[in-house]
Amino acid sequence: MTETAKAITPEIIACPEESAALPIEHAAIFEERKDQIHRIGEGAFSMACNRDSLAGAVSQRACVFCGSRVVLYPIADALHLVHGPIGCAAYTWDIRGSLSSGPELHRLSFSTDLQELDVVFGGEKKLAKALDELIPRYEPKAAFVYSTCIVGLIGDDLAAVCKAASQRHGIPVIPVQSEGFKGNKREGYLAACKAMRTLVGTGDISDISKLSVNIMGDFNLAGETWIIKDYLTRMGIQTVAGITGDGRVDDLRRAHGAGLNIVQCSGSTQDLAKMMRDDFGIPFLRVSWIGIEDVAESLYAIAEHFELTQPELATGPDGGIVERTAALVRDELAALMPQLKELRRDLEGKRAAVYVGGSFKAFSLVKAFRHLGMEVVIVGSQTGTEEDYRELAAICAPGTIVVDDANPLELSAFIKEKDVDIFVGGVKERPIAFKLGVGFCDHNHERKIALEGFVGMLNFAKEVHASVMSPIWQFVPRRELRNSPVNTGEEA
Amino acid sequence: MNDTAVMNAVADNPVIDSPGNDYKGQYNGPSNVSTTNACKLCTPLGATLAFKGVEGCVPFLHGSQGCATYMRRYIISHFREPMDIASSALGEKNAIYGGGPNLKKGLLNAMQKYGAGVIGVATTCLTETIGDDVPRLLTEFREEFKDLPLAHLMHVSTPSYSGTHMDGFHGAVKAMADQLCVEATPANSRVNLFSGMVSPADIRHLKEICRAFGVEPIILPDYSETLDAPALLEYENIPSGGTSVADIQSMSGARASIELGRAISAQETAGTSLAGRFGTPLFRLGLPMGIRETDSLFEALKKITGLETPRDLLLERGRYIDSLVDGHKYVSGLKAVIYGEEDLCIGLTSFLAEIGVRPVLVATGARNRNLAAHIKAACGSVLREMPIIREGADFFDIVEEAKTLAPDLLVGHSKGQGAAREWNIPLLRVGFPIHDRFGGQRLLHLGYRGAQNLFDRLVNLVLEKKQNDSDIGYGYL
Repeated sequence: MTETAKAITPEIIACPEESAALPIEHAAIFEERKDQIHRIGEGAFSMACNRDSLAGAVSQRACVFCGSRVVLYPIADALHLVHGPIGCAAYTWDIRGSLSSGPELHRLSFSTDLQELDVVFGGEKKLAKALDELIPRYEPKAAFVYSTCIVGLIGDDLAAVCKAASQRHGIPVIPVQSEGFKGNKREGYLAACKAMRTLVGTGDISDISKLSVNIMGDFNLAGETWIIKDYLTRMGIQTVAGITGDGRVDDLRRAHGAGLNIVQCSGSTQDLAKMMRDDFGIPFLRVSWIGIEDVAESLYAIAEHFELTQPELATGPDGGIVERTAALVRDELAALMPQLKELRRDLEGKRAAVYVGGSFKAFSLVKAFRHLGMEVVIVGSQTGTEEDYRELAAICAPGTIVVDDANPLELSAFIKEKDVDIFVGGVKERPIAFKLGVGFCDHNHERKIALEGFVGMLNFAKEVHASVMSPIWQFVPRRELRNSPVNTGEEA
Repeated sequence: MNDTAVMNAVADNPVIDSPGNDYKGQYNGPSNVSTTNACKLCTPLGATLAFKGVEGCVPFLHGSQGCATYMRRYIISHFREPMDIASSALGEKNAIYGGGPNLKKGLLNAMQKYGAGVIGVATTCLTETIGDDVPRLLTEFREEFKDLPLAHLMHVSTPSYSGTHMDGFHGAVKAMADQLCVEATPANSRVNLFSGMVSPADIRHLKEICRAFGVEPIILPDYSETLDAPALLEYENIPSGGTSVADIQSMSGARASIELGRAISAQETAGTSLAGRFGTPLFRLGLPMGIRETDSLFEALKKITGLETPRDLLLERGRYIDSLVDGHKYVSGLKAVIYGEEDLCIGLTSFLAEIGVRPVLVATGARNRNLAAHIKAACGSVLREMPIIREGADFFDIVEEAKTLAPDLLVGHSKGQGAAREWNIPLLRVGFPIHDRFGGQRLLHLGYRGAQNLFDRLVNLVLEKKQNDSDIGYGYL
């Protein structure tokens, strides 16, 4: 390591205030992408987004299929059959926690594994046979059949095959129009919502309370849906369906019986919420289960909604729903805050980068980090809208970099420039942070710890603390150099 | 092509005696139409891994953005290293009008922003089906941008609907030899080593072995550093390391080529291509796993260099055999199910048979690999009873078949963990991917040292289970 250290002049690792002036734009940022990056305070806010990823730029994004797959994945008693070559199914096999309290059919990976002859002669027969094989074998409540790039090209009539299979087997067999190349993840979300919509409204809702919700846009990666459901139960609210955390086909069928849709991760399930509003008159609320004030505000908003719309049910002799909610929040905070304070002591003043799939998470994380005394100096997402980024820019400090659809070149350059202590992202971002000697918190596929609700905030703080405060960072080249006598001034 | 060079080397090598023609019990694939929990990955993934082993190279997928991202995620979760794969990120219009413009734009970006000196383009099901002619597009690209310092461009056809990731891997290696090593170069003292899809630790060990014989190998691909790099001060857009283009170009003048993997011994490969075009003698060997397959590698190196096996390596062999004596009873007679890539399966079966474990089922997701014959040839007399061999198998088949065999252990990559957990039997994790344990990139499988590692791990898994299952636990083995 000595050789590397010698080659680097001390100026380069100077303190962040000075290094902020480093001209990295020319090196890391593609001309075509300059309007997808905004530095708060530098010029009027303007950002392009929801654009196709730039060829050759190594986008962190995936495809339409990925968007559909990730939304429908947690529906645990459905058969998820990927119609295409093997890769699309293989790479999504048991890909994330998405815990189920019952069946676990979603953890298996099914594919028609299309071969050359199928591509030439069409894959419809193979698909039909695959369904005939798998449905009796696993007796699922429904089957989702995902279209992939190749299916979009060879022109298999997915809808017809599914319809026929549905009649043969007596369960819904639902085509998901998720051809990979037909856009980005957002189109995939929409395709998933359309697929789910075909189930909604087909179940019996006679026993559902008017004080009831569907928990939308949480995927129960590490049990988060259960945390939220517990809060709602304590508030006196029935949960009809997790859409799709701990999801069930029959719950989706009955989802139109809920009095309110509470929608997190607006990109992924808001389309369904809108369909349900238009078709069944169910209002929806945008919520977030990450952080402290976002969780509290979400719970209060739900309580107030019911107090307003169902006053006779929401209030009672023993106090109403709003009082119950206030008590819940008070109890949770009383348990959380002292522990958070302990962790905050070490973390105060550290800097964080956030790059996530959906922008809702970014908002909440910016606020969550403040409770740890930390500042988010880089924030971005794969699929945010201009409005999302405008709001982000409004809550972040001047100098913060806001980025849409980033790539490793940009992320690594930003990390160095801002000299962050921790990066919050997913599997693909982890090695970028680690290679540069920066702590990491997985907020996506590979996390095993619930990061939502008040307890989730504590878990998050512990995660951040465990990474940032590890003694190992002193040995990574970046810190080793910073702590060397020549840079600390001790040598002189 | 010049068959003599290949045949001579092969004929001189006792382990390769036209494998496969005498075995009559060829399995014709499982009967299911659907695939449940695949035991293979798609073709382009293997190609991206192979391209990652070339210095200055950016692997590039010509297809939709999702392919690159999914494969990156899958590979990163194993290696825990950056794995940048560029994509032409085709959209709907490109699928209709052709992906050429996006491909060219992507190549330009990879060159100019990533500083790629080499770009390995692999196709996907999308671009194969719309009929993009990648070689022609690359020729056009070279012409259009001839005033720029151009990267070396390589291409391999990897439709995901044909073959497995191993076809993509070997195809990319052959493409590199075919497209970069095009001229006869002056004879040099080096040996080409096509090691197949092995771990970074394996590649490093192979290097060490060759160097002990006084030979600096040209290992293709060499991702021992690019996919297992140290912590860095500066982020490298393209990680250091990898086989240099100059080395690949000089492969035509090497003393010999060694190719590891019995399952590819019937097909055209980088090794046969060099042998055919330049007369470079080719030694086609199995993966050096266990004693006899490793001995074969050493025999080849002795033949090439004229040197005896260095003492340090002989000591490793001796210590390994000594450990087999010490530990054989712990594993003797245990029934094992082996699954994964065809060549790894062959090597593992040979290793396990040697230590007295009974392979009862060997399964791969690949088809038409003549697996049974290769296993028979690799194991010879140490295998007392042929295991059931399954090609074209998925984990549904493997689990169903294994249930009837009551195995004591599973040997393969991480994806067998569900079955191991259900049956409460140990899983010896080997190969790729290792997604549920730490350090997959550092697992050593090859050579006497690799066999030692596997044997120690296996014995300890068995002992750990025995200890955990026991009412009292045992303070001594």
